[in-house]
Amino acid sequence: MSTEKHDGKVRGLQFSPWNLLLIVPLLVLVTPLFNMDGPRLFGMPFFYWFQFLFVAIGVLSTWIVYMMTRDKPTVDAPDKLSVEDLDEGDAR
Amino acid sequence: MSNLQWPELIIFTILFALVTVLGFMASRWQRGSTLDHLDEWGLGGRKFGSWITWFLLGGDLYTAYTFVAVPALVFSAGALGLYALPYTIVVYPIVLLPALRMWSVSRVRGYVTPADFVRGRFGSPILALLVAITGIVATMPYIALQLVGLEAVLRTMGINGSGIVGHLPLLVAFVILAFYTYQSGLRAPALIAFVKDILIYIVILVAIIYLPSKLGGWSHIFDTAAKKLGTPSPATGKPAGSILLTANNQLQYATLALGSALALFLYPHSLTSVLASRGRSVIKRNMVALPAYSLVLGLLALLGYVAITAGVKPLTNAATGKADGNTIVPVLFDSQFSSWFAGIAFAAIGIGALVPAAIMSIAAANLWTRNIYKEYIRKNATPQEEAKQAKLASLVVKLGAVAVIILIDPQFSIDLQLIGGVLILQTLPAVALALYTRWFHRWGLIAGWVVGIGWGLIMLYGIPNPANGKQHFGGSALALGNMSIFGWHPFSGSQVQIYVGFVALIANLVVAAIVTVIARRMKIFNGTDDTNAEDYHADENDKDLRPIGVH
Repeated sequence: MSTEKHDGKVRGLQFSPWNLLLIVPLLVLVTPLFNMDGPRLFGMPFFYWFQFLFVAIGVLSTWIVYMMTRDKPTVDAPDKLSVEDLDEGDAR
Repeated sequence: MSNLQWPELIIFTILFALVTVLGFMASRWQRGSTLDHLDEWGLGGRKFGSWITWFLLGGDLYTAYTFVAVPALVFSAGALGLYALPYTIVVYPIVLLPALRMWSVSRVRGYVTPADFVRGRFGSPILALLVAITGIVATMPYIALQLVGLEAVLRTMGINGSGIVGHLPLLVAFVILAFYTYQSGLRAPALIAFVKDILIYIVILVAIIYLPSKLGGWSHIFDTAAKKLGTPSPATGKPAGSILLTANNQLQYATLALGSALALFLYPHSLTSVLASRGRSVIKRNMVALPAYSLVLGLLALLGYVAITAGVKPLTNAATGKADGNTIVPVLFDSQFSSWFAGIAFAAIGIGALVPAAIMSIAAANLWTRNIYKEYIRKNATPQEEAKQAKLASLVVKLGAVAVIILIDPQFSIDLQLIGGVLILQTLPAVALALYTRWFHRWGLIAGWVVGIGWGLIMLYGIPNPANGKQHFGGSALALGNMSIFGWHPFSGSQVQIYVGFVALIANLVVAAIVTVIARRMKIFNGTDDTNAEDYHADENDKDLRPIGVH
């Protein structure tokens, strides 16, 4: 659905089917799915460990969307993920 | 002030002194050409990378109050308190895409607050003013609540005096915070957040591994909690809670989690941290990595059950004379850990109060400066004057929060924060939906806001809390049977509960849509849109981006 004009800038709504994955974590709002005591895991009722499991599912869904929808090959230098990385902020 | 816990106090004071030094040093950290500009003072130069943003957002969203209040809710009500977990699971997938658009359009147009965006998008100073006021009103009690978290820790360490003397340490802590925020702006909490979060992670990991093994394992902890919560309470004659949801509170659980998730990034302080990041990739990485904190919060919530098993009794607040449920986690640490480790844990919670309090006061100050001061009081304010005004406003906001806690019952802040969540959710159509569509008419949005806020307040006012005998503002769970639309009860007799904010938001959207259709029919002018379609996709390395912090 994106519309690129001759100046190369992106306009309009960018939609990727991968974005639909973001709906998956919302399943954790459907309480009847997991509102029960058993089976327990490490002594923890199902209600609790199921939701902890969904933290991982949430991360996974968001991560896949991030990986699959990255805009073009990124031109910038790789993010070094360090505090020092910020120093270049002035130079940019 | 008799039984002071000296080892805890000493460790707490040392760590507190450390972050104070950091706070003042922060003004020189990653310094731009000037601090006299909101881009610099209020948004740290808009150049934070992935790690800093992660610590900053983590420190911002997972506050000291959260860390004491969530386990306290689990302690007293059981499974319902765990709503914080689904809330922080769904928030990042929901927010990822709109946050990117908000960052881009704000970067291009130089917006600092959500109200700036609304002003630009609809050309409506009135709508922007409503959004700004909602933001300030919702944020103020939130700042005050950080003090409640800090005070819970101080009282557990034995600083439990009565009257003004009892509040003195709190006052000192906040005055220090106010000064380094004034001087360093957003850089101060960004730097301190590193210390806070590392301490929190250490404490939680130790607590969650050590305590269950000491107290007989999770199985035993859950069984004990189930038994204790199932005992009828003397006040109401009903069980206080249960370790699973009941037929009546499942809908409340889901709507509260969803409503809170939708509200979270409408709070001005969350947006401040998002806008301070360098680019879109930073935000995306953070939405993937922030659930690490959700895991911590979920584990922390379980400490409520651990506290039940350990037989923790909440402390009595000497200033109010009432039992303070928020002290259960500090008391648990105090009774189960050696004093030096308890000191570290308390410092983690205490510093955890400073980071969000600083960011929130900056966000409120930005709103005041950009959307009230510059819009209505001094239209030609230069960027220097804006920065000066915002610095002063941040002082006023913090001192106001301290005054509220000291002079009025803390319960007042807790009520206000509950209301604040419902209020801020009502800005969703004007702020979040407007990122995608300009279909809503500005007068529709204003009408929806009025109805959402008005009805939300009416519903909250009518909710009693039998457990503590309060008549009004007793909670955010509305029994569907009590829902009244001009006297009509659509779900008469139903005891199923739902989150008030969610109901108000639906009313808000319906009214906004109806008024939009009418306004369009009548061809009422819908303001000028300052933003272009490509603004919503701009990224850090684009050419001809607006320079940052230039006068």
